[in-house]
Amino acid sequence: MSDPFLQVKDLRVQFPTEDGVVSAVDGVDFAVAKNKVLAIVGESGSGKSVTSQAIMGLINRKTAKVTGEIRLDGEELLTARPEQVRSLRGKRMAMIFQDPLSSLHPFYSIGKQLVEAVNVHQDVSRSAAMQQARDMLDRVGIPNPDRRLKDYPHNLSGGMRQRVMIAMALLNNPELLIADEPTTALDVTVQAQIINLLRDLQREFGTAIILITHDLGVVADMADDVVVMYGGRVVERGSIDDIYYRPEMPYTWGLLGSVPRMDAGRNERLQPIPGQPPSLIRLPKGCVFRPRCAYHELVPGNRCDTERPDLLPVTPEHAVRCHLDPAQRREIAAERLGVATADPAMEDK
Amino acid sequence: MTAVDESNTSVVARRADALLRVEQVQKYFPITGGGLLKRKVGDVKAVESISFDVVPGETLGVVGESGCGKSTAGRTVMKLLDPTGGKIEFEGRDITHLSRKEMVPLRREMQMIFQDPYSSLNPRHTVGSIISAPFKVQGVKPTRGVQAEVQDLMARVGLNPEHYNRYPNEFSGGQRQRIGIARAIALRPKLIVCDEPVSALDVSIQAQVVNLLEDLQDEFRLAYIFIAHDLSVVRHISDRIAVMYLGRIMELAESERIYKAPLHPYTHALTSAVPLPDPRAERSRERILLHGDLPSPINPPSGCVFRTRCPKAQDRCAQEIPVLRELAPGHYGACHFPEERHLI
Ligand SMILES: Nc1ncnc2c1ncn2[C@@H]1O[C@H](COP(=O)(O)OP(=O)(O)OP(=O)(O)O)[C@@H](O)[C@H]1O
Ligand SMILES: Nc1ncnc2c1ncn2[C@@H]1O[C@H](COP(=O)(O)OP(=O)(O)O)[C@@H](O)[C@H]1O
Ligand code: SF4
Ligand code: SF4
Ligand SMILES: [Mg+2]
Ligand SMILES: [Mg+2]
Repeated sequence: MSDPFLQVKDLRVQFPTEDGVVSAVDGVDFAVAKNKVLAIVGESGSGKSVTSQAIMGLINRKTAKVTGEIRLDGEELLTARPEQVRSLRGKRMAMIFQDPLSSLHPFYSIGKQLVEAVNVHQDVSRSAAMQQARDMLDRVGIPNPDRRLKDYPHNLSGGMRQRVMIAMALLNNPELLIADEPTTALDVTVQAQIINLLRDLQREFGTAIILITHDLGVVADMADDVVVMYGGRVVERGSIDDIYYRPEMPYTWGLLGSVPRMDAGRNERLQPIPGQPPSLIRLPKGCVFRPRCAYHELVPGNRCDTERPDLLPVTPEHAVRCHLDPAQRREIAAERLGVATADPAMEDK
Repeated sequence: MTAVDESNTSVVARRADALLRVEQVQKYFPITGGGLLKRKVGDVKAVESISFDVVPGETLGVVGESGCGKSTAGRTVMKLLDPTGGKIEFEGRDITHLSRKEMVPLRREMQMIFQDPYSSLNPRHTVGSIISAPFKVQGVKPTRGVQAEVQDLMARVGLNPEHYNRYPNEFSGGQRQRIGIARAIALRPKLIVCDEPVSALDVSIQAQVVNLLEDLQDEFRLAYIFIAHDLSVVRHISDRIAVMYLGRIMELAESERIYKAPLHPYTHALTSAVPLPDPRAERSRERILLHGDLPSPINPPSGCVFRTRCPKAQDRCAQEIPVLRELAPGHYGACHFPEERHLI
């Protein structure tokens, strides 16, 4: 792999609360290269958004403890001065959120907000900034951009607002784009338009994209690599084909078994994960997934109860956090996911 | 007199054993102008004309984009909203014009489950009193007592019966949805309208709830109307699917046919837009992108309501409303130029 554009190492974020310390992110490692899409998947509360906020420097360091390493193009961000991170934000890295209203101000016109976003990083005239704003609205597929510049957020449909937010994020051609559930609130038809748009923009600008979502269809459609998070940590990491066709971690199996597959018979029963996601305050001592895992008995010596598994490589790209013996994992995966894992990948190798 | 009398735009054959039968049902919401007189200035035509039926033990899925009228349709056929036009029959009886009071006994037979497990439960009532509410409303006294009955129900839906006296905020989203389900099945209804019952839940919890709904269906021979915008979940759970667009049914057929051999251009676009959890399939898939937004239900397009976004639209589509009619046995479509396409 070429040098990653973003490298995250052993990232930890702790929030002290009345009930105790919330370890929202607890040892997260991954990397994203230019021109690639890395998806982060996991249930709500697994630490996806906190991870992205940490990268963007949006976590209040007075109330939360953030440790580890975040390197953007080699530059360490966690130890950088806040002004330095602020100047990178919106310019070299930008973020789009699930709820566009959270990042669009209701009282200012779209045009005014976009112009402001240009002027934070570029010393250009108002009319030049307005021209950039107009062109970007056009690029993201908003009809009548001149008229839309005068509109307010509430005049636009959900899909249209999402596009305005994407336009705002892309104004300064960021090299890293973090999209946190960018299509979750949208209809599939609009979602397809937005995915297409992100793909076109990536082709043009070579952006590195981190896509956060719980929709395994969207991931299959867009991602090159996948990070699976559970209870604040990465439990499996690999190429898209590793995760969908050669998954080795019981939680990943559970996720894949929970979504209806189009290739399976309609009446095939779903295989949900029993129980609920963990509280991040008092995590179990051994494996975080232990309370919901059907396979812990296969690990000798009760290690699932007493010992945190490490994230260990299976291949250079594929890493798994589980005490099970790798050969045994592969056997179970083949059995559980049936045809889906019966290695279509091998055919074209 | 209602507008549907003028144009018979959806026709669905009568099935003898239909539990619920809906004929050209319409629901308008009046828009009133400002000023003292509050004169009516127009209508939101949330449901223009829908026809379908449901037989015992069957699941009818309802899909379509946000605002197309799915929830309004569900609430109208349940008679939680008064229909503007059309006819609703339950077990062969015309219930279109029954009053709220006359509907009370029928509520034992038809129930509803909502999307938001947070707002659909009263936060000040215990789980026990929430689940037993239907007994009170119907004046039903379970032989073994209310508490024992409710605790059975709780166990049946996977809740701990000892949590009888807890409040909704002590439960997770998935558990609250189970509370809603326990309440809905308390009186052993024949039909449950589920409006986005799993949309707010994480995938692993979604699968738990979907399995529970399937088990209850088998056990009690329940019929479901399952409204959702997640097409893969709808396909999984439904026997037949109705695809809605701007207050009308565009296509109605067996689940597999909707996915494998859809005839309507809107269904083509909708099913092709759903990303599959299978990267290999995704790499080779054809996607039909729709352009523009959903038109306003206040001023829907003339002729075929889909024509402003339809890649196949022709002159005739602007002039003539396509009638929902049987194109192949049991397969209904509302299009002047239907054509089978394989997209998955
Ligand atoms: N009480 C009401 N008064 C006026 N208009 C309404 C009312 N309820 C719904 N509508 C309108 O009717 C149309 C259909 O709404 P409905 O809620 O049935 O859509 P839906 O298909 O369930 O959408 P979603 O997927 O977002 O839940 C929309 O245009 C909506 O704004
Ligand atoms: N400011 C905060 N204070 C305390 N806890 C927080 C804060 N922000 C997030 N958390 C907790 O951190 C965990 C991870 O949250 P988040 O990253 O938002 O999850 P998700 O994977 O759904 O995006 C959750 O348990 C959340 O409640
Ligand atoms: S380490 Fe043990 S409990 Fe954790 S996922 Fe592996 S088998 Fe299950
Ligand atoms: S009737 Fe015409 S506009 Fe409507 S779906 Fe068919 S081809 Fe398209
Ligand atoms: Mg989040
Ligand atoms: Mg709705």
